[in-house]
Amino acid sequence: MKYGLEIFLIALIVIFGAIFLIQNAGFQSTGQEAWGGSDDGASSIIEETGYEPWFSPVWEPPSGEIESLLFCLQAAIGSVIIGYVFGYWRGRKVNA
Amino acid sequence: MHIMEGFLPGPWWQIWFIISAPFIIYGLYQLKKLVEEHRETLPLLAVAWAFVFVLSSLKMPSVTGSCSHPTGTGLGAIIFGPCIAAVLGLIVLIYQALFLAHGGITTLGANVFSMGIAGPIVAWIVYKGLTKAGVNTYVTVFLAAALADLFTYVVTSIQLALAFPAETGGFVASLLAFGSVFAVTQVPLAIIEGAVIALVFKYIIHLKPEILTRLHIVSESTVRKLQESAL
Repeated sequence: MKYGLEIFLIALIVIFGAIFLIQNAGFQSTGQEAWGGSDDGASSIIEETGYEPWFSPVWEPPSGEIESLLFCLQAAIGSVIIGYVFGYWRGRKVNA
Repeated sequence: MHIMEGFLPGPWWQIWFIISAPFIIYGLYQLKKLVEEHRETLPLLAVAWAFVFVLSSLKMPSVTGSCSHPTGTGLGAIIFGPCIAAVLGLIVLIYQALFLAHGGITTLGANVFSMGIAGPIVAWIVYKGLTKAGVNTYVTVFLAAALADLFTYVVTSIQLALAFPAETGGFVASLLAFGSVFAVTQVPLAIIEGAVIALVFKYIIHLKPEILTRLHIVSESTVRKLQESAL
């Protein structure tokens, strides 16, 4: 197995990270607030028209910490499944 | 791409539920048939679902100065088709709507349509089309996944523009406003998602190509060629 795609992905992430750092430096020097969610961006465009949401979430994470806990849980559960399946296949292949 | 709870007025939220329902029902039927006929695909199904779950939890900063997340639906759509991908997307969206107040129950129909149906259909068409045209499989998977991600956000913009046409300029002006929030932010994320899914596809080709050949996703000669390729 060669590593062409792996190198391509790492290069993309490095470029992506560099762009972020440069932009972030720009935002910080001007004191601008940035990096909010695009979903909230769209919601505020709608709210500017005077629209009131007619239904609110049944349950909301009570704090930022709880929210990030649930997001982390989501990523962790998914990663365990991906890692388990690929590890299982690889083990089977090596032992075959 | 999540339209927040309560942010779609009637009749739009009902319309999107009605449009999405047949895809979900057909997806459930396909899923049942798939598990009965090809039980060995279950782990791959779990991986495809897990990808949507992980990638849609990662909010990443983008060039427009706001954060957005990839969708991860491309993998499931390429391997299992758009209707099964819709079911996978639905499960993830329900989790986020119930526990994270991200998206919502009333907007579920619209969100399932953009993330679970429209994106995957694009992935599936791009994959089938480019494979027939003989383009390299990894390039094909990259483009299919990236375009699915991007198209999901274009569809969200269209959904919001339909429900909230601007007072001056109407649908088009509104589409441009939402599109600049969603679609432009998404371009770099779509590229990264494409690369990640192409990489996963490579691991499947190397470790478990039988599943892909049995589902007629990749031919055996292509698998041999890819296993020896420099990528």
